[in-house]
Amino acid sequence: MSKSKRSHLKNTVKESLRMALEAIRDNKLRSVLTLLGIAIGVFSVIGVMTAIRTLETSIESGLNVFGTNTFLIQKYPAVTIGGHSRRKYRNRRNITYDQFKELKRRARLPIMVSVTDYSGGQTIKYRDKQAKKNVYLQGGDEGSLRTFNTFIGDGRNITAHDVEFSRRVTVLGMDAVDQMFPFEDPLGKIITINGIGFTVVGIAERKGKMFGQSQDNYVLIPITTYLQRYGKRWTSLAITVEAPSAELYDKTRDEVIGILRMIRKVPPGKENDFEVVSNAQLIETFGQFTGGVKLFALAISIIALLVAGIGIMNIMLVSVSERIKEIGIRKAIGATRRDILIQFLTEAVFLSEFGGITGVILGVLGGNLVAMAFNIPAVIPLDWVLIGLAVCSVIGVGFGIYPAYRAAKLDPITSLRYE
Amino acid sequence: MNDLITLKGVTRVYEVGTEKIHALAGVDLTIRPNEYISTMGPSGSGKSTLMNIIGCLDTPTSGTYEFEGEPVHKMDDNQLASIRNRKIGFVFQTFNLLPKLTALRNVELPLIYANVPRDERLEQAERALRRVGLIDRMNHKPNELSGGQRQRVAIARALVTNPSVILADEPTGNLDSKSGEDIMRLFDDLHEAGNTIILVTHEEYIAKHAQRTLHILDGKINEDTLNG
Ligand SMILES: Nc1ncnc2c1ncn2[C@@H]1O[C@H](COP(=O)(O)OP(=O)(O)O)[C@@H](O)[C@H]1O
Ligand SMILES: [Mg+2]
Repeated sequence: MSKSKRSHLKNTVKESLRMALEAIRDNKLRSVLTLLGIAIGVFSVIGVMTAIRTLETSIESGLNVFGTNTFLIQKYPAVTIGGHSRRKYRNRRNITYDQFKELKRRARLPIMVSVTDYSGGQTIKYRDKQAKKNVYLQGGDEGSLRTFNTFIGDGRNITAHDVEFSRRVTVLGMDAVDQMFPFEDPLGKIITINGIGFTVVGIAERKGKMFGQSQDNYVLIPITTYLQRYGKRWTSLAITVEAPSAELYDKTRDEVIGILRMIRKVPPGKENDFEVVSNAQLIETFGQFTGGVKLFALAISIIALLVAGIGIMNIMLVSVSERIKEIGIRKAIGATRRDILIQFLTEAVFLSEFGGITGVILGVLGGNLVAMAFNIPAVIPLDWVLIGLAVCSVIGVGFGIYPAYRAAKLDPITSLRYE
Repeated sequence: MNDLITLKGVTRVYEVGTEKIHALAGVDLTIRPNEYISTMGPSGSGKSTLMNIIGCLDTPTSGTYEFEGEPVHKMDDNQLASIRNRKIGFVFQTFNLLPKLTALRNVELPLIYANVPRDERLEQAERALRRVGLIDRMNHKPNELSGGQRQRVAIARALVTNPSVILADEPTGNLDSKSGEDIMRLFDDLHEAGNTIILVTHEEYIAKHAQRTLHILDGKINEDTLNG
């Protein structure tokens, strides 16, 4: 008895699926529209989630801009979110080269203390070839390349001596090499920066793009030379400090902050007049941002799916009224209410599921296209794929059940008479 | 012999606004297996209403209806669907085939609802189509068939579950006289083979095919005659 009942159900579902496929095939426009609605809803969820997931992954690795165990000291915060105006920070005294030298001399724990500043818009030329305007002039020291997370590819690095004697030497980023030395070996050549000559002593290894931005668009010269020739009244330096290990990170940080407060004569009890920026802090700040975006995307997606669901319901209702005669015929030859209910539900679920899968595929593709534009490795947000498909089933059943119920309830004679 | 169908005091009242229409005004009727019955009467006299009630598409307002001894007037929706499915083959004036399905799929449909396994279903559907002479058209859709052929498909669909009775409400009403005559010969054959047939018609010459004729007037059986 129960076995035959089960086989009956299996048979019903199988036949319903077959009938659903026939109905979908016979009503192509209606089916395509329904499918589209669901697909767009799912696409928006999956697309946004894929994009965010890829961004998140890459932000977490990408924000490790200064390498592990490293922090940055500068006048302004790295990211400001919310109402804090820059005015609060503007009145702070600049971080000067002397302060940096003093810090480097007195700090015991760091394995590296490095200084940089940069400015854009300089005229950088080799003979008749000029580097593009987005190539930065970067002032630094022997540690700077390390803080850029790159290495010397050819030639030599800037040395402590270069800095001490304000030598006119330079290490080129690969963009500058590509633009000024397409056919020549740059080593030993002299480039001009605003008309002043610099000897190319080294070439940095290529880093590629991150978030669509080149990481190789700089020309590095000793910070002392930089300050003499290109420094401005408002120049405030950024100091990168590397701790020897994760365990000593906090201690190193405290030591450096203490020394810098002394150097800058910050009275005890007053807050620092400089910012300490760490990877962890950047990631946290960014997390707040993506969290907001995610919530927003979720809200949009829920609305999209709701609209799609109502669309499905409408289309199924139209389908019911278009097929009143069919329902009458089926009932006349023995279909029960349950048979009709299952048939219409199967159709709705099948349509939404099919739309859902289409949406998932488009969404994953679209999301990954966004990722590709930012030069980020692709991901498939499996959890959101499953959630998307589950939501589609719920929509199929949820919004299909009312039309299906209406269809099942129809009186056979009235429906047969319907034209 | 046991009776197949027994109606006692069956009425069917339609309420349209405040007006009550007595489509059937007390029908007593007994039908035995393998009878061949035609039903005649003016338009609006209640012939279709009677057929629908016998065919379990509709239920009486009052009175009793027993089918093979079972009280149809007490049955719920599912039981009625099951009787329609297994015991009754209905043939309509307008054929009522599903336009998007092939002849074979149309004929197969009642067996799907009867939960017959697929292999058996196809075999029985093909047998029914062969019986009405349309086996070579089984993959055609209704709009690729003539009126007479469509009605044959509908008859095959009515036959396929091997029902206890075949009901036909003006089966030749939409056909030319030649096709109508063909359809009637098919009914004659089916009756010959042991089927019980009840049909509605306006035409005297069609009614003559049956052994017994019911004359309906104003929702009542006015005359119940055996044809010589
Ligand atoms: N669904 C309905 N609602 C109201 N009146 C109906 C309905 N169906 C039939 N009738 C009325 O019942 C009477 C009998 O109809 P019917 O059985 O179709 O007659 P016939 O088939 O003999 O032409 C007619 O007066 C018709 O108008
Ligand atoms: Mg009629």
